[in-house]
Amino acid sequence: MTKSNIALLVLLAIVASLPLFGGAYTLRLGTIACMYAILALSWNVVGGFAGYPSFATAAFFGFGAYTTGVLLNKGLPLWLCVVISAVAALLITAALGAALLRLRGHYFAIASLSLVEVLRELVNNATDLTGGGMGLNIPLVSGSGVLAEAMSFFYAMWILLLLTALMVMAVAGSKLGFGLACIRQNETASSMVGLNTTLYKSIAFGLSACFVSAAGGIYAAWVHYIDPSDVFDILYSVKPIVMALMGGLGSPLGVACGAFLYLALEEVVWRNYIQIHTGVLGLIIVLLLLFLPHGLISLRPANLWRRVKHV
Amino acid sequence: MHAAQILVNAVVLGCLYACIAIGFSLVWGVLNVINLIHGSFIVLGAYLAFGLYNSLHISPWYSVAVAAPLFFLLGYLLQRLLINRVITAPALVTLTLTFGLDLILNNAMIYFFKADYRKLTLTPSLGSVSIFDVVVPVDRLIATVSALVLTGLLYLLLRHSRVGRAIVAVRLDRDAAVLMGVNVKSIYAIAFGLGAALAGCAGVLMALIFPISPLTSSGYLGKAFVVCVLGGLGSVSGALAGGLLLALVEGIGSTFFGPAHATTLSFILLIIFLILRPQGLLGRKGFE
Repeated sequence: MTKSNIALLVLLAIVASLPLFGGAYTLRLGTIACMYAILALSWNVVGGFAGYPSFATAAFFGFGAYTTGVLLNKGLPLWLCVVISAVAALLITAALGAALLRLRGHYFAIASLSLVEVLRELVNNATDLTGGGMGLNIPLVSGSGVLAEAMSFFYAMWILLLLTALMVMAVAGSKLGFGLACIRQNETASSMVGLNTTLYKSIAFGLSACFVSAAGGIYAAWVHYIDPSDVFDILYSVKPIVMALMGGLGSPLGVACGAFLYLALEEVVWRNYIQIHTGVLGLIIVLLLLFLPHGLISLRPANLWRRVKHV
Repeated sequence: MHAAQILVNAVVLGCLYACIAIGFSLVWGVLNVINLIHGSFIVLGAYLAFGLYNSLHISPWYSVAVAAPLFFLLGYLLQRLLINRVITAPALVTLTLTFGLDLILNNAMIYFFKADYRKLTLTPSLGSVSIFDVVVPVDRLIATVSALVLTGLLYLLLRHSRVGRAIVAVRLDRDAAVLMGVNVKSIYAIAFGLGAALAGCAGVLMALIFPISPLTSSGYLGKAFVVCVLGGLGSVSGALAGGLLLALVEGIGSTFFGPAHATTLSFILLIIFLILRPQGLLGRKGFE
């Protein structure tokens, strides 16, 4: 257990105590914070560890949301729907990854982007099953009060975040994580020394999909209404990347902090400049990439000290 | 005759698709940057044509001459000032940077022009020509011919001018080009400027045919992706082949499966091509 992993768990524990301090708004914000952290940590497995620029997060998210939504309408209990979404995403993505992950760099990025488009159009056109562009209404899960429901969804999302964090830590500390780091540095060489790169990449891709899909499922049940342009929004693919870049690529603690910080920024911008909020988001992205490419984690006090000494 | 109509539609649309994609392909091929602002440049070009026609009554085919230098300058400066700073960074960084720039430009357009769909309507309508049973609207025909002319001009530029040969040289082998005395920094900026100029001109032509709104930019970008991958990166003929193939697939697909599935079909085709033939139909190293 490294120091940064313990710090991450402490951070999660602090997030869990959030409901003690506030009302419905805090709960809503907390639920979104957990969701963003799940997306960013999951993306980190394939984008940070293996170094593959995946833009498919929105595809996984929408897939989970629609799987859960459709199954809930068939009368299945929520937990079962979420588990089915997660397992289905894991299997499908791992199989798909075996084909898609043969592409590198820009080609992989474009293929993963088109995955989102394909799924969105399929859902859009499968009107009988998904309601198409009209969207899908999702029945209320429990008859309890508004606040109690918000509380239960917050903890559902938090538990999922905890699982995601544990998964990411386990991957980082395992042979799989080491193999992914090798692939990131030099894929041909790691394949030469006998690493089954296809298998490793597929597992990473599958793991990065399954928790996102589950989060999409909980999101769908939480908001009670989804439509293709909402859950297959390409911003769900880009935001996790921005969060990871913000916090520091590859470090789970940095990525989680990046997610929370990003949400805080987004909320402030959204509340004050609703008309230009995507423009401000774009500005943040540009400034971040130009001036702080290694994320906030590169601003550690120790580093600052070193830089001062160096000067 | 039905088949002939589909074929003619596909050729008309395919040339326009090629025109959309060619600037994108140039930037991707030469700078190795996936330029996500491309779609918004096209829409901006369409607004330029719309504005010029409605305020000064300048016909879109003259607006091309206005759009080309303006967009060249815009692209040149954008590359010189911003994108050049991360040009050697991995795909993720350049891609995310252009995405951020796209968000800014698109939001600015929504802010200033509103998200309403507009249409450039030529006041004496140009009507349509029909040969046997095949009908083609004249404005569409003009747009297609202009698209072909633009594509041809780019081909000539790359083939026969000093700058063009330098661009091809940088694309073939960056390091060798540096050793031969090519100023790579400036070539990068010129290539990006050319890409932007082509996007702007494509936008002007699109204004003749399609409704104009900032929301359409991602659609144009998606077409550029598919055309580039189908035709193969980095050649004028590849973009033409890709555009024609895409238009043909969409035309036939929407005839048999309904128009709703055309986009799905094109992206599925994209993924299949990426997996089986990532170099595209006519792909090879070197930009001719």
